[in-house]
Formats: sequence, structure tokens, C-alpha cells
Amino acid sequence: MKISIRNGHIIDPANDLDQVADLFIEDDKIVSIGTQPDGFSDDETIDASGHWILPGLVDLGARLREPGQEHKGSIASESRAAAASGITHIACLPDTDPVIDSPAEVDFVLQQAEEAGYCQISIIGALTLELEGRTLSEMAALRQAGCIGVGQFNIPCDYSVLRHSMEYAASQGLTVYLQPQDNSLLSNGCAHEGAIATRLGLPPIPEAAETASIGALLALIEQTGARSHLCRLSTARGVNMVRQARAEGLPVTADLSAHQAFLTEMDISDFNSLCHVLPPLRTERDRDGLRQGLFDGTLQVLCSDHQPHELDAKLAPFPSTEPGISGLETLLPLALRLSEEGVLSRSQAIARVTSGPAEVLGIDAGNLTIGTSADLCIFDPGHSWEFDTEAMLSAGTNSPFGGWSFNGQVLRTLLAGDTVYDIKL
Amino acid sequence: MTEQHLQAGPLPSGMQLHDDGRLRHLLTIEGLPRELLVEIMDTAESFVSVQAKTVKKVPLLRGKTIVNLFFEPSTRTRTTFELAAKRLSADVLNINIATSATTKGESLLDTLRNIEAMFCDMFIVRHADSGAAHFIARHVAPHVSVLNAGDGSHAHPTQAMLDMFTIRRHKGDFTRLKVAIVGDVLHSRVARSQIHALNILNTAEVRVIAPRTLLPADVEKLGVHVFNDMDEGLHDVDVVIMLRLQKERMQSALLPSAHEYFQLYGLTNERLKAAREDAIVMHPGPANRGVEIASDVADGSRSVILEQVSNGIAIRMAIMSMVTGAAQ
Repeated sequence: MKISIRNGHIIDPANDLDQVADLFIEDDKIVSIGTQPDGFSDDETIDASGHWILPGLVDLGARLREPGQEHKGSIASESRAAAASGITHIACLPDTDPVIDSPAEVDFVLQQAEEAGYCQISIIGALTLELEGRTLSEMAALRQAGCIGVGQFNIPCDYSVLRHSMEYAASQGLTVYLQPQDNSLLSNGCAHEGAIATRLGLPPIPEAAETASIGALLALIEQTGARSHLCRLSTARGVNMVRQARAEGLPVTADLSAHQAFLTEMDISDFNSLCHVLPPLRTERDRDGLRQGLFDGTLQVLCSDHQPHELDAKLAPFPSTEPGISGLETLLPLALRLSEEGVLSRSQAIARVTSGPAEVLGIDAGNLTIGTSADLCIFDPGHSWEFDTEAMLSAGTNSPFGGWSFNGQVLRTLLAGDTVYDIKL
Repeated sequence: MTEQHLQAGPLPSGMQLHDDGRLRHLLTIEGLPRELLVEIMDTAESFVSVQAKTVKKVPLLRGKTIVNLFFEPSTRTRTTFELAAKRLSADVLNINIATSATTKGESLLDTLRNIEAMFCDMFIVRHADSGAAHFIARHVAPHVSVLNAGDGSHAHPTQAMLDMFTIRRHKGDFTRLKVAIVGDVLHSRVARSQIHALNILNTAEVRVIAPRTLLPADVEKLGVHVFNDMDEGLHDVDVVIMLRLQKERMQSALLPSAHEYFQLYGLTNERLKAAREDAIVMHPGPANRGVEIASDVADGSRSVILEQVSNGIAIRMAIMSMVTGAAQ
């Protein structure tokens, strides 16, 4: 199968491409940009005049809910929603039921993903058995089965076990994924400790629940030298700590959930459970600090932090609702909005959802390099639309962005040369 | 369940009023107009006389069904609501649902739907979660009113109104008063509602007195002056409101001991000398004698604690009759 995409505006931050050109695909690969290869005769010609050609997005943090929580979503339902949103690569978390801590679960997930066929899925395996923070997982076996990293995320683990797990992961060449969260300071909190939580009488989560943990994790990264990635920062101070650690040469990267770049504690002031997230929405000052971190690359990844829920999970008084946002379908719109608002250049915004996460994950994705897999999306920047939660494809419609206006729409998504989403179909 | 249930609704303070400004629900004091608080107190005044009669009933709510929906144990509050409803001739249904913190929303909504199907007119709700009354108000049928009888640490508006009523009966004009609220503000829905009410009524100065461990972050943004020292905080005040200190907090990471707490923040006659000579002492009850308040103060001439209880019935009669449109 040969496809030529004509006259599209190719934006590929990884290769510094930002120009109108033709792109040629043969079978599953990009074979040329600009000049038509000798003897290339296409089976399909796509006219992309006025449209953008973007690398398929790479989402570094999504929960697909399978195995074990199929009432919230499945690999098929969520990867389909991803494809429709221009995402061709998802890194999923190990906190399923059962936990992804052995090759059996890895095989299951990869097989489900392949059967669904919408997205390439990478798995971050469990750092410790059952994620219980006591025994190391068989990381070499996980790596052989296909895991591209291991993580404990925000699940409690004492520093001694964490330290050894990090050392062991490093010796297996695996990046460690950790979400800074001091669980004793978190307590039963559900809202940022500040004026809003005080007014609403909601159990507060202090800033130190994040910063105390970042301090400890950075010390362990320094101690072990293990390449580590800090997930879902929420505080300006936390960003400053990571910035300084990176300047000192620590092997650490970090990311931000897309919603944290836009929402603040003000958004929960009517007890809106759709804005119940963990880490919590914090102050405007924090949001500005997070945006600054995205701009200067301290946060090199913007991710969906996708957490689809069934309706009932959000239908309760605020503290009793489950935290999380169904975020796949707003990842690209929010990233581009950051450039519209002047926070990032367009190229930066796209890099944070393509080459940035791919580099952290250590995978060859999120770029349009000739010879790589033809994972890309065709995007109409001129179409302005309103986000409607009822039209969401994810099994979870728990998004607080209903009613937001966005510019631009994914028309078509290709995964290894195959069309996995077409707005016309 | 339809999608609209998931969308953000109006602010809790906004959804309490009908378009014409009448009270529909009472969920929080925050955001209510001053005239409405005054109207509640004026209406309560008219019910005080009812209580003194041999036949303590008026037929204002005859034929109405009121449900006490208590997800948290309560004796006093539930009883005064029940008495208030009965004195207005309403039918009262008491439902006590012992729940744990992990109770899921579906059961709460299901409970609600089931009770609603019995054609009720009003829910009196107490729940351990902040925002529970607001959540229920968003989901009830249009003809049903919700009165918040305490949600988490968020609000306890009828308690605050009975306290305002008690203060007004003793002191009259709020604009010249200094009021001190002493104790565990952090966990207190009563304190939050009192602070809003006092500020809406243009109280000259509202103070909170507590160690920092018992004060929520940015508490001054609620419109209070913060004192960590009891004697300084009580200086020259007209009203002292003591808050209850829960047993589990007496010896914890928040406080070293009940003994030290009493030494620093317990209200004694000696301490009370810092306040104005005619200062009154209040407590939402039940008081921990010897922990936050000495017995001789609680039972002393300046204590209005028992009056608060009887005023609670009049205030709740007033609010119930107002939300049903029966009070004219």
C-alpha cells in the first residue's frame, strides 16, 4: 500500500520541520518528505491542503482500565478514543487488577492492544510485586516481555525498598516512573490546602505532600543514579526543585497532566466532582509555575493522565467521588491551546505531546523521520468546535472541559500506514 | 442517570434562592443577603411565643412530609428539627443511616430517589462529606427543599442562625459587636457558618482563637482576625463562642493533651474577665466540661447555652416555614 499526502503543512519538532510539503508512505513506513521517490505510484492520494500533518501523539500516562476495571473502560474503547484524538502511542500504567507485574499481564495487554489495533501500546510495569512496595518485581522478565519502564507511581513504598528497586531497575536499563506524593501528608485530603478548601470545608492536601516527596525522590535519584521520571507535578515549587536538579545533572525528567495547565482550585468552588483530581488542582501561582516549566522544558511532557470513570464514580458528594479526568480526547486541544494563549510556541506545544514523551519512554515514535513507522495525524486547524462530553468516545465521559471551545480537529489518524481513524467514516 | 448531572452547577449559595429571592434550600450561609438572615430571625421571633403556649402547635405545615435524613449520628440537632416540624404540624420521618466514609454516591442517590418516591416535601440532611447537602439539592425533584443539618466541615447554617438569633436577642445591633470564636475551627462546620453569618450581619469584628493546628489554611480570608493567645483574643469582646473539641483530637498530632488545651484555651471565669463585663458565653453543645469550658462558666450567669437550644427550635420552625412558602 502506497499513500501520498499532498500539500500538507508538516510540523515535526523532532526534525525541525515546519513547512508545506508532500509526504510519502510505503507499507508501514514514511519513505520520503518533499520529493516523490523514484517509481513511487500511490494507491491513495490524500489532499491535505490547508491541513497540518503531525506526528502521531505519544501519551505518557493513561489508564486503560483493563484488566480488572472494564466497567470504566477497556483497551479497545480507550485506544479507539485515543486514535480519534490523534494519539498513536500510549504508555499505560501497571495499576490494573491484577497488577502488571509479570509477563503474563504484559502479554495480555499487548494482545488486547493488537487485537483492537487502534494504537501502539507501551507498558510501564510494576516496580514492586503487586505494587505493594515490599518485593522487587522480576524486572528483567518484564523488560523481555516488552515493558519499556517500571514504576511505583503514587503507591506507598518505603525509601529502603524504593532505593533498591531503583538500583535494580537501573541495572536492567529501565527508567523508573514515580509520582511524588507523601501519603502521610496527603492523609484523606481531596483538595489543595488553601482558601478554597477552607471555605468548602474539604479535607486539605498541603503543597508539602508533593514537595516533601520530590525532595526525597531527588535524593534517591542522586544516590542511585537511576534514570527516573517524575509524574504529574502540581506545584510551582516542585517544578523549581526539578529544574534545579536537572541543572545539577540528575537523570530526571518530569511531566504535567494537561488539565493542570488550565484548571485551578477555583474550579472546585461549586463542589464540581469532575475537577476532583489527584494531585489536586492548586493555585493560579502554581498553574503559572507549571506553565513556565513546560516552556523551559523542565516539564518535557504534557500527558492526558487519562482516568475514565463510570458515571456513578462522580455522582456523590465531592470527597466521596473518585479522582481523575477522562483526558485522552482533550490532550491535543489543550496542548494547542497553550500555544494559542502564548505559553508555548506551536512547535513546543506539539513537541510536549510527541517527541518529548517519546524521548522519556525511549521509543522511536512521535516524529516523522524518514524510515520510521508511518504514525501521524492529519489535522484541520481551521475548524472551531465546542467540546461535548456526550460525544466522547472514551467509556468515561468524566471531563470538566464540556462546553470549552477549541480550534482544530483531527481528520484522520494513521498507525503504521493504516488508517485507524477517519472523521468521515 | 443523565449527563447533565455531571455538569458543573451553580454555586451552592446561588442555588438556594428562588428567582424572586425567596429561600428554596438552606445549604450554606455564604452568599445569602443580609435581609434574608434578618427575615429568618424576625420569623423565628414570631415562633418564640408559640413555644410558651400550652398547645405548642401551629398548622402552617399541615399535610407536608419532612424527612430527617441523617447519615451521621446526632441527637440534639435531629430532635430540634423534629420538634420544629411537629410544632408546625408536619409529618416527620426519621431515617438514620449509619455509614462509613467509603459510602458510595450511588447508595446516597438511590436512598434519595426511594424516599423522594414517597412524596416528601423537605429533606433535612446531615452527612460526613462536605458538599453532601449541595449534592442532594442538585438532584432532588423541583418541589423538594433541602435543609443542611451539617455537612462535613463545610456548613451548619441552622446552627449559625440560631446563634445569631441568640446574639441578637441579647445584644441587638451586630455592627457594634466583637465576637470571638474559640477552638477547633479547622474541623468546625459551625464556625464556618457562624463566620459567614456574622460578616453578612456586619459584625464589627469577628475573631478566631486557637492554636495553629486547629485553624484551617488562609482562615483570615473568611473575614476573621486570628489570635493564638486566648487572653489577647478575648480582650473586650461582647460574645464568646466556644467550639466543641472532639475527643479523638485531644491527644493527637494536633494537640498534646486535653490538659494543656484547657490550660491554654479553656474558658474559665478568670479568663472571661478579659471580655466585656456583659459578655455572653455560647456553645453549640454538647460541651466538654473541663476541656474547652469550665463547668462554672457553662452553668454561670453569662452562659446562654440552654437558650441556644430552645432558640434552635424557633429558628428551624422559621426556616421550614419560609422554604415551604408558609411563612407570610
